Amino acid sequence: MIDFTEEQLERYSRHILLDDVGVAGQEKLLQAKVIIVGAGGLGSPAALYLAAAGVGTIGIVDSDVVEVSNLQRQIAHFSADIGAAKVESAAAKMQAINPDVEVRTYREYLCAANIRKILAGYDFVIDGTDNFPTKFLVNDACVFLNIPFSHGGILRFNGQTMTVVPGQTACYRCSFRSPPPPDAVPSCAQAGVLGAVAGMLGTIQAAEALKHITGAGELLTNTLLTFDARTMAFRRIRLKKQESCPLCGPHPVITELADVERTVCTVQ
Amino acid sequence: MKTAIRADVFQDLKGVGCPMNLVKTKVAFAKMESGQILGLILDNGPPINNVPRSVIREGHEILSQEQLADGTWSVLIRKA
Ligand SMILES: [Zn+2]
Repeated sequence: MIDFTEEQLERYSRHILLDDVGVAGQEKLLQAKVIIVGAGGLGSPAALYLAAAGVGTIGIVDSDVVEVSNLQRQIAHFSADIGAAKVESAAAKMQAINPDVEVRTYREYLCAANIRKILAGYDFVIDGTDNFPTKFLVNDACVFLNIPFSHGGILRFNGQTMTVVPGQTACYRCSFRSPPPPDAVPSCAQAGVLGAVAGMLGTIQAAEALKHITGAGELLTNTLLTFDARTMAFRRIRLKKQESCPLCGPHPVITELADVERTVCTVQ
Repeated sequence: MKTAIRADVFQDLKGVGCPMNLVKTKVAFAKMESGQILGLILDNGPPINNVPRSVIREGHEILSQEQLADGTWSVLIRKA
């Protein structure tokens, strides 16, 4: 058992008091490794909450620099960070909240060539990416590496999220076979997004990671949770692991990682 | 009357308020075996009103609870 310092006992007291987390759960958190893909709207709140929770090792992947248009929703970044690498900006805030955590930064754009190496060894992945090709790539890599992950997406006033435990529960491709063609779906940059919606969704994803690590409650598996912040209506759509899934079904068609973007481009 | 049962682990939580007294009690239990006995000194007021109740809710058994001359409480709990 970890010997908590007096400061750690105070810092994590609200977790230790929870029957479903307790001393054992907090120890698991301190020993856990979670990686967040994207240090943007979803990744920011997820990174801050995981750091605050004392997740021992947190990876964060993003190739971008902070721009002024990010600050309306990407709450790990401050005005003074404009021009700085997002991963460095986020890491500084995470360490400032909790020096107990080790933050590993990956200033890279995730692609088929590097994703296995980056995600391997982590216990849980938070998908906070802003585009469909990367969401499918994260799904495929997590299924191949057998790492549970939280999918998340936001647009305008809407959010959607589901948790996938590879081999056991429906994967993203069980329901959504392949990325929509480029421009079929507007991006956040074109359609806009309410800033707080990013916080709502990224925070749900962080809670799923904490639940997975501690074993508390039930994960949001085989369920797509969607909400519309205009009415605050939440819906749970039941999903099933599909025999016909091209990735996690018994007769997979997808047997290696590919950059979906590129295949779409060659079709044009 | 002096309690005949001896505590396996003892924690003096005099001056430790809520909820840190419960946090420290939970940490002590985490290091103990099932059936072992934890002895606590708790302040009068909210600590003696809250800690035993929370401990019972988690399935542990209060063996005895007596107020000492200085107003604090000596509590013996068997770990579930
Ligand atoms: Zn599938």
